Amino acid sequence: MELFFSQILDGLSIGSVLLLTATGLAIVFGLMGVINLAHGEFMMLGAYITFVVQNLFRPMGGLVFELYFPVALVAAFFVTAIFGVVLERTLIRKLYGRPLETLLATWGVSLILIQLIRSISTSMVIGIAAAVAIGFFGGQFLSKKIGDRPAFPYLNGVMWAAAVGIGLAVVNSFSSMRALASPWFGPRNIDVTAPKWLQGSWGVIGGIQLPGLRIFIILLSAVLLLFVMWFLTKSVWGLRIRAVTQNRQMSNCLGIPTDSVDSITFGLGSGLAGVAGCAITLLGSVGPNLGAAYIVSCFMVIVLGGVGNLLGTVFASLILGIIQSVVGSGSLLTAFPGMPPAAKSVVEFFATTSMSLVLVFIFIIAFLQFRPNGMFPQKGRSVDA
Amino acid sequence: MKLLKRLIPWILLAFALFILPTFLSDFRINLFGRYFSLAITALAIDLIWGYTGLLSLGQGIFFALGGYGVAMYLTLNTPSEAGGNGIPKFFENYGVAQLPFFWQPFWSPAFTLIAIWVLPAIVAGLVGYLIFRNRIKGVYFSIITQAALMVFFHFFNGQQKLINGTNGLKTSTTELFGLQVGSSDMQIWLYRLTVILIPVAFLICRYFTSGRFGDALIAIRDDEQRFRFAGFNPVPFKTIVFLVAGALCGISGALYTVQSGIVSPQFMSISFSIEMVIWVAVGGRGTLVGPIIGAVLVNYLRSLVSEALPEFWLFVQGALFVFVVVLMPDGIYGWVSKGGLRTLLAAFGIAPKARTYPQIDQEGPGMEMKSPAPNDSSA
Repeated sequence: MELFFSQILDGLSIGSVLLLTATGLAIVFGLMGVINLAHGEFMMLGAYITFVVQNLFRPMGGLVFELYFPVALVAAFFVTAIFGVVLERTLIRKLYGRPLETLLATWGVSLILIQLIRSISTSMVIGIAAAVAIGFFGGQFLSKKIGDRPAFPYLNGVMWAAAVGIGLAVVNSFSSMRALASPWFGPRNIDVTAPKWLQGSWGVIGGIQLPGLRIFIILLSAVLLLFVMWFLTKSVWGLRIRAVTQNRQMSNCLGIPTDSVDSITFGLGSGLAGVAGCAITLLGSVGPNLGAAYIVSCFMVIVLGGVGNLLGTVFASLILGIIQSVVGSGSLLTAFPGMPPAAKSVVEFFATTSMSLVLVFIFIIAFLQFRPNGMFPQKGRSVDA
Repeated sequence: MKLLKRLIPWILLAFALFILPTFLSDFRINLFGRYFSLAITALAIDLIWGYTGLLSLGQGIFFALGGYGVAMYLTLNTPSEAGGNGIPKFFENYGVAQLPFFWQPFWSPAFTLIAIWVLPAIVAGLVGYLIFRNRIKGVYFSIITQAALMVFFHFFNGQQKLINGTNGLKTSTTELFGLQVGSSDMQIWLYRLTVILIPVAFLICRYFTSGRFGDALIAIRDDEQRFRFAGFNPVPFKTIVFLVAGALCGISGALYTVQSGIVSPQFMSISFSIEMVIWVAVGGRGTLVGPIIGAVLVNYLRSLVSEALPEFWLFVQGALFVFVVVLMPDGIYGWVSKGGLRTLLAAFGIAPKARTYPQIDQEGPGMEMKSPAPNDSSA
């Protein structure tokens, strides 16, 4: 029974990581009708930011090093939030009203981010900076000279292509200098050591050890969730976000700056993903492919919970986390040894992490047959029937 | 001119069938055979995405099912693959003594030939019906199909005892008609088979996209609500088209498997299924020629880039996604057929000025200048 309980605790902590990620995805989806496939990669960015912060703090040692994690949390939130805002301003805004195309474009972004983390090196940063600088200033120059001619957009494109070519040449020219050309992270997994105060147990309740890491993750996501709820219900921008979620055109007519609302929401969602990535580093080593492992679970959470509904997201992510952890580890068998053989063989069949995903999916498809819009569907005339 | 236009596809087909093999090496021909088999998948995706507006991110399921079907037949019917008790060797690694029941029918070639497209079609029809019945659409549909893909991936990946798990089934060392499947003689025949099947798939897609059925599909894509209010039930239309696409993907997967030499759960990876969509987007969705062009071009580009700079391909692919979606939503074929080339030339002051009244202009001095062709009925 103790094992069973600790599995539930595991499930809750995985579920709360899912919750953080899915909350971000869900509010963006509710607001803009857009699924951000690069969301998992924002998570991965958060994890790598934690790694970087840890390495920056390591030389200081002692008490200061112990405090790196809160700093990493804040840094992960803000850096990924900035990434999110940039993505929204440059790409997603251009695709407004075309959700399927947005899906594909964000997938492209996620591919680029994955490869960027794998192969980023000092020479590459210089190359990218050179390409962007040439492209940007060249574009400014071109638009000043021939901005009104019809050939301008094509020439601008050619100029950007040339800028990328120059950037590549710059990267190539540094390739012989090992110090500059060697990748910062590489394709391998990285490990983050949890600070001492998170390792070990945080006390005993009813004979069950409370592992500090897991309790911390659960508390972290609870606090953040409360913050998001407060933000959405009590703050001015939260009010605006809810208004735009309900009726974008009417909000626009009433003078709500929908552009800024989109940016802020996207930034908030991405920042939450960054924090989730930060939390994941505590659970094990992470690699560039981290996002793909979690994003599908997040989608399942959104489908199960219903669109743009925080309560649904909370319930769905916790349920999915617990199902995955309890069924996948096979601890049902140890908890209930006296079950009939037929049921036992079924439980054994699903008792791996991958098979528990299969079970979750079957559960969701069955559930959708009764409640097609998730657990807590939006109501009202404006909801697309 | 019109005759030439009608003949172009046939000329290209004859070129691919007779001339391409004469000057390309066996390795390249094999690669092109793979691209052409992927083109059939692209056609299927165009059918559901380009025409019906259903962005499925799970076509890899049906692709892999077809591949597994043919691989199971080949593994069973090759004496050198058989282990001690007459069942494929790999089962011995996991201590399986008896052939799992679903392998049994794959002894028969007739069953296999039917199964590689009927099985995916059944799965697609079932999944599709359960989803469409609840009016799940748009992004929701995409992520549910993606979740389904993930589920199938995990199932095939985890079941060593049933289907050799993550190792997949190797077909290159198996035999068919007394020839080794991986041998170059066999590969050239498979290449020809693929090239011949492309127009068949094309005609199937044209059958479904023309006429009243095709109109219904386009109506569903453009405004499903209005379609429903007009008194139609979109569920059967969507289910049927999803089922047909599944069958096409199955055939394509079978062809791809025998030419790549292995089928593994990687066929059901998330990235591969989204890649399929980008072939269609690059070529031009909503046209039937576009996907074929797109699949061959993108995969050729992929081979070129990954041979030269392997770690660079993801950048190129990511950029391709963003570029096509933002700047070229109609794809290459759509861009050309909607007069993109003319606009480009006109921007540089080379092309003739657009005529405001083509009918009047044609009678005037502009006779020899053809007006832009009306939408080709085959496209």
